[in-house]
Formats: sequence, C-alpha cells, structure tokens
Amino acid sequence: MGMQIAHIMASCMGGIRTAGDLVAWMQITRRMKIREAKAYVAKKLAIDPFELTDEEIMRELRKDLGIGTVTSIAGSPKGILAKSRVARLLDINIRSVALFRSQLDA
Amino acid sequence: MSDMILTRMGDGERVRLEAAEIREDILDGTEDAAKRAGIAPLSEDEQEQLFEIIADPARIVSVKPGNEVIVTDDGCSMSFYGGQDGGGVGAPLSRMQAVLTYERACGADTTSLGHSDYSYKPVKPIINFEANDYYNISMATTAPFFYGAQPNLGLYFQPDGPCPNAAELMPQGKIEEACQAQEEAAEHLQRDLVFVGRRLAEVGLEGLNFDTCGSAGDADFLAALKAVAELKKTVPDLPILMGAAGEFVLGMHGSVTFQGERLAGMFPQDQARMVAAAGGDIFGMAVSTATTESVPWNLSRAVTFLKATSERSPIPVHANVGMGVCGVPMMEQPPIDSVTRVSKALVEIGKADGL
Repeated sequence: MGMQIAHIMASCMGGIRTAGDLVAWMQITRRMKIREAKAYVAKKLAIDPFELTDEEIMRELRKDLGIGTVTSIAGSPKGILAKSRVARLLDINIRSVALFRSQLDA
Repeated sequence: MSDMILTRMGDGERVRLEAAEIREDILDGTEDAAKRAGIAPLSEDEQEQLFEIIADPARIVSVKPGNEVIVTDDGCSMSFYGGQDGGGVGAPLSRMQAVLTYERACGADTTSLGHSDYSYKPVKPIINFEANDYYNISMATTAPFFYGAQPNLGLYFQPDGPCPNAAELMPQGKIEEACQAQEEAAEHLQRDLVFVGRRLAEVGLEGLNFDTCGSAGDADFLAALKAVAELKKTVPDLPILMGAAGEFVLGMHGSVTFQGERLAGMFPQDQARMVAAAGGDIFGMAVSTATTESVPWNLSRAVTFLKATSERSPIPVHANVGMGVCGVPMMEQPPIDSVTRVSKALVEIGKADGL
C-alpha cells in the first residue's frame, strides 16, 4: 500500500484531485500517449496542459463543470453522474455511463 | 564517508556506494539491457541524469511539475483489506470502501477490483458475484474503474487443472507431450479470459486488466493475446490493459506464434507491438529486479528497456512498478527512497506514459 502511495506522490497526475482521471480516460478509450492525452484534455478544458495537475485551477474547474471533486460537496455530481458529464465533456464512450443512460431512458 | 551515496541492493538492503561505483553500475545495467534486447543503451547524458536521481540527497524524489503521468494499478485497493501475502494492511474495509478510499483519499488516477486469488480461473464460478460488486461500485466511482487479475496458465495443469503437467513432462523428456499440454491449457485459459471479460462487459465494465501475462511462459502470453483479440471483436469499445510478466517471454513451449511471430524470447519492445496488434489499449512493461545487484544497476536496466519500448510502441506504455519489478526492490515493504527514484527515472528518462 505504501509503495503505491509513494508512486502517486512521486509521479501521478492526482486522479480526481486534478485531471488525472480525465487524462486516464483518454489513454484507455483512445490509446493516446501521455502528451497527446494531456493536450486533448487541456484543450477541452481550455487550459494549458501544465495546469492539469494544478489543484488550485482544477478544483474550481471540476466544481463548475460538475465532474466530481475530491472533497465531497453535498448535492454535487459524483460517481456515475460525474462520469456521465466527463463522457460528454471529453466526447468519449464510457461503458458504465452508456449502460446507465440506457437504463435511465428505458 | 561524506562522498558515499546511500542506495540499496535489489533485495532492499541499504548500502553506501562511491559515486564511481554507482556510475559503473548504471553503465553495466544499461549495457546489459541493450545487449540482451538489441536496443540502444542510455546516452552519457541519460546515465548522468539517472545518477543525479539516485544520488539526490533527499529521502524521496519526484518528477518535475508538468511531467506527471497516469498511475494505473493491479488490484491496489485489495491492499487495504488484504493480508501480508498480498501486500495488504488488513484494514477491515469492504471492497467498495477500499476502492473509494483509493480514489478519493489517495488521489489515484484509476482504480480496480479483483478476486482475492487474483487469477481469472477462480472468477469463472463466481462471475455473478463479481459482476454485482463491479456494477454497484462502478455507480459510485468517478475515475476509470478496471477489473483485473492474472491469466495464470499454471492453474490449468494437474493437480489444479485438467491438463497434464508440462513442468513434470519436460524433465521426463516428453517434450512433445509437454507442448501439447500447454497448447490445451492455453485454449482453456483463453476461453475463461473471454468468458469473464464478456460477462463483466454486460454490466458496464470500464476497463479490463490482464496482469502479469506470460508468467507461465509463451503459451500463457499467447492465450492472453488471443483473448484480447477475441474480446475486441465482440466488445470493441472495451478498454484492455495487458501487462507482461518479465523482460522477455519465457519459452516454456518455444514454438507458439501470434500473427506469425514466435513469442518465446520476445523483449518488451516486441511484446508491446504484439499487444497493440491484438487490440490492447495499454501495454504494461515488466522487468525483473535482480536481488544481488544494486538499485542503480536494476533501474538503469529497466529504464533502457522502457525507453526503447516507449519510443516504438503505438500504444501507451505503463511500467509495472510493484515489488521486485522495474528496479523496485524485491521485498514485502519496498522502501520509499528507492520506489520514488524508480518512479521518477522511469517517467523522466524512460518516457513512460504511465506506471
């Protein structure tokens, strides 16, 4: 466990603290290498790629876009609702979201 | 004494080495990797960059701002509630609590779920249980949520499985029988991998991880490649991460091929090409840590393999950085001084797309 946390501290983008989940979605759904994935997400967020791991920038952006924040805001989208917005924001297919939407619309 | 640099051996033992000894180990490590895989060694500048990372006087190091990468995992949330044999800390958390803690408290880029045995074969009889847990947790997670396990061909040989035991046949000189047993076992394994992948895909699986492929040799690696290809035909939008077991594919069979290429003896740059050809979305590179060599030697070797793989791979490459892999010391509780140096070097010199 400590080993994984050490990697997260040393090299990780930061997940939903910043834009790590968004860049990860691009790697797994579009096979994008790290630089391309960062550029794609940064363009969608209208920020510089350097700012993707800046908590001060990403915190407000995530809150405004309703794509999930690391601290829990009552009534704010999280989980599948946040992922649904992420799929729309990044123009990607997230399989759990597709299933959720199909059940919601049924 | 003040000129001595604090580092470790591959088994985690703390040692103090002269700067010249570290530089020598870095040179030996990169030349070893280059010679084995037929790739370029690290340049003098890259070797010096690696030296500076290793010699950094700080206890822990990190990448420069802007150089961060994606960190995927292999059942890391299980380490919250698992025991010693899985590197677990034994906290009494449910699977969902562990996954959400990993996502939200640790800030992980991706999370995952896996059976406690961490092999695909035992998942098959409890697939509905796993599908239920996966679905329920996927409703609560925000970051990409994988299901992962190891193909583990060994479970298909007697007495654990249906096929004659290849490892027993070979010492008896029954090479042909051993090869047939591996081919038969690989077919069983491929079917199980596809079965689990398809069933989880029905409940909205966001990503599948075939972890440590090839641990039982080239037939193991082949089964995983074929399963990736088959799943991509029927569930083309399913992201698949396929990770290797070591820096070259063990030729336990020796003759199996994928798309006309023999798998035995393949090094990471070709393993990545095969995974991409099968339809995989991320390749996980593994390089075994030699416990009798220093961390500088091991890390130099791993960075050399990774750099060549990252340059040539058409898909993202994530370096596997668990216990005893890619320069991380082979021990139950890898020291964070070494772990963070491995992390930084693989990203900034090896050009990993992720870890």
